[in-house]
Amino acid sequence: MHIVVCIKQVPDSAQIRVHPVTNTIMRQGVPTIINPYDLFALEAALQLRDKFGGEVTVLTMGPPSAEDSLRRALTYGADRAVLLTDRFFAGADTLATTYALATAIRKISETFGAPDIVFTGKQTIDGDTAQVGPGIAKRLGLLQLTYVAKINEVDPVARTIEAERRSEGGVQVLKTKLPCLVTMLEATNEIRRGAMADALRAARAQIVTWSAKDAGVEDISKCGLKGSPTIVKRVFAPSARAEKATIVDFANRPPAEALIEELFKRQPKLEAELISSAHGF
Amino acid sequence: MSEPTKAPPAAAGRAATKKELPEHFKAYKHVWVFIEQERGQVHPVSWELMGAGRKLADKLKVDLAAVVIGPPGEAVQHAAAESFCYGADLAYIVADEVLGDYRNEAYTKALTDTVNTFKPEILLLGATTLGRDLAGSVATTLLTGLTADCTELDVDADGSLAATRPTFGGSLLCTIYTLNYRPQMATVRPRVMPMPDRVEKPATRIIEHKLGLVEEDIVTKVLSFIPDRDSAKSNLAYADVVVAGGLGLGSPENFQLVKGLAAVLGAEFGCSRPLVQKGWVTSDRQIGQTGKTIRPKLYIAAGISGAIQHRVGVEGADLIVAINTDKNAPIFDFAHVGIVTDAIRLLPALTEAFRARLSPHSRDRIAS
Ligand SMILES: Cc1cc2nc3c(=O)[nH]c(=O)nc-3n(C[C@H](O)[C@H](O)[C@H](O)COP(=O)(O)OP(=O)(O)OC[C@H]3O[C@@H](n4cnc5c(N)ncnc54)[C@H](O)[C@@H]3O)c2cc1C
Ligand SMILES: Cc1cc2nc3c(=O)[nH]c(=O)nc-3n(C[C@H](O)[C@H](O)[C@H](O)COP(=O)(O)OP(=O)(O)OC[C@H]3O[C@@H](n4cnc5c(N)ncnc54)[C@H](O)[C@@H]3O)c2cc1C
Repeated sequence: MHIVVCIKQVPDSAQIRVHPVTNTIMRQGVPTIINPYDLFALEAALQLRDKFGGEVTVLTMGPPSAEDSLRRALTYGADRAVLLTDRFFAGADTLATTYALATAIRKISETFGAPDIVFTGKQTIDGDTAQVGPGIAKRLGLLQLTYVAKINEVDPVARTIEAERRSEGGVQVLKTKLPCLVTMLEATNEIRRGAMADALRAARAQIVTWSAKDAGVEDISKCGLKGSPTIVKRVFAPSARAEKATIVDFANRPPAEALIEELFKRQPKLEAELISSAHGF
Repeated sequence: MSEPTKAPPAAAGRAATKKELPEHFKAYKHVWVFIEQERGQVHPVSWELMGAGRKLADKLKVDLAAVVIGPPGEAVQHAAAESFCYGADLAYIVADEVLGDYRNEAYTKALTDTVNTFKPEILLLGATTLGRDLAGSVATTLLTGLTADCTELDVDADGSLAATRPTFGGSLLCTIYTLNYRPQMATVRPRVMPMPDRVEKPATRIIEHKLGLVEEDIVTKVLSFIPDRDSAKSNLAYADVVVAGGLGLGSPENFQLVKGLAAVLGAEFGCSRPLVQKGWVTSDRQIGQTGKTIRPKLYIAAGISGAIQHRVGVEGADLIVAINTDKNAPIFDFAHVGIVTDAIRLLPALTEAFRARLSPHSRDRIAS
């Protein structure tokens, strides 16, 4: 079984700061990580490989420094890493991103064998559009299973997959054919620690590095900024709320009473509304 | 593509060049809202979007259309008829047996074909699991732009859709345009746009469109649907009163105090993300950027610091009440009413005090 896992290197958002004057993201010195959602996809892929044999190829599009994330993925046990990097890819929106990634997956298919499953995370923590998975699937003509909470069964002989997909108000149990694209939901598994042997291998591994041309991109105008129909016109900070909270003073009374008084004083209709909500009418 | 070493972000550097709209796109007119209905139920975000879509259509002086996709029968007809009560000028229906359950292949074809035939300039969908799954496929098929998870929509002076979405966990907003492609597509977060009033109106213009697929054409099969066991599960986003707890509660046992207060208020309970990560509370109860957006009349947060990722999920509440031991906690920057005290002691007292105030007996007092 050949499985491709798309991962994105993202700034560790917990450490991102916004410049108070210029409203730009201060990325300098912010460490980068593998998009946390992608680790659930990687682990799901590794489990299938362990069960059925085969290989896991991780793929990322990003600056040359995204190699760090690929090596990290190798330490978890991925077999091969492909870095798609070219200045032509810069500034891509999701349509241009999926053009580049789909082209690279076709090249991976020719070079290392056709994938049975392509995995992506549910979304990233920076762009967080959740559009790249469906976009790649459409471009490659793959069936798609998004928001997958559990893969129940894969039958490599019958070439089918059965999975539980989170939907509004419940779970859909779906069965479809391979090859397909799966976007994994968060908290569905836990990434393994990775063996010492994998760590050693990762440090020395050759990262397959492709430019747009190497990957077989035919139309550069479909890549990056040029190939992006969306345009970010304005970035700005949300307007701050003028006043802060009224802090309830409860020097001489029980705090609960003081708080309730303040609420009902502020919103006189609230008491009647709460009475009806408390009694279910 | 974001380049971690460069500031400002690469995406923000994208040049905003408006060329003359290519000739073949000039026929694209009108605003469309995809009406999400599953198992006979319309997702409320669809009506919220009708409200937002009505404003855009009025500004552009064009029609607002609802697009209803589903199996033939009562539910779809009813959803289409309802759309007029929420502001539609006309409704498109694609009804077919293969559209019974949501499946990407069939729905993508249904929506893409309708767009290609009737050519809207703006197409809006809810940013639900269904809406995002479908929008991503449709936009890629149409090779147009798609702005994700918006919180604000407007049209600018020259009639372009300005779709605003939070980024980096809500610490910044960005406004995105799709200038030279049609339709301009956006998904919008549930509970962000206000629910418009329903006004009884006759269903006037309904246009039915044929799908032209048979079951054999569709590879993916739905084996079953398992509804969430706890039927209250999905109510958090639409609750009028929400009580939530955070790490300040210290233990899963203390979280019961939140549930106790919620029960007395007839409220839904929720939590901050760390409680989900610790396994104290199930993930469907998480409020915030990566959880639910809520818009209740009253929100009570106990032992929650008010991180930006939490804040973006609760800002739409009419009245935010914070209980925190730290008077400098960021939650006091956006709460309306705060109380600096130990939540573990206050919650039981508050529960009792509310119980007394809200007894049926007090209802008579208020009514008189
Ligand atoms: C603030 C901001 C807002 C943006 N808003 C929009 C918008 O509304 N519409 C739009 O079209 N673009 C938008 N973009 C651009 C978008 O972020 C980029 O196109 C990005 O390359 C991919 O989108 P994503 O990060 O949203 O990925 P998602 O669609 O959220 O990612 C889903 C999965 O796809 C895979 N994946 C994503 N990117 C890569 C990659 N580079 N290499 C390998 N695998 C990958 C991962 O498995 C990931 O888990 C925005 C960018 C920024 C910085
Ligand atoms: C990508 C990303 C997405 C995220 N998404 C979400 C999200 O959707 N929702 C979310 O909530 N968070 C989210 N977070 C996490 C967020 O950044 C915060 O870490 C989180 O909200 C903090 O939770 P908390 O307020 O419960 O805990 P803390 O920040 O630890 O705050 C606990 C508070 O309790 C107070 N306290 C302590 N003891 C008591 C007491 N006895 N009585 C009263 N008060 C007390 C403390 O003063 C403190 O203010 C996200 C983070 C990231 C990076």
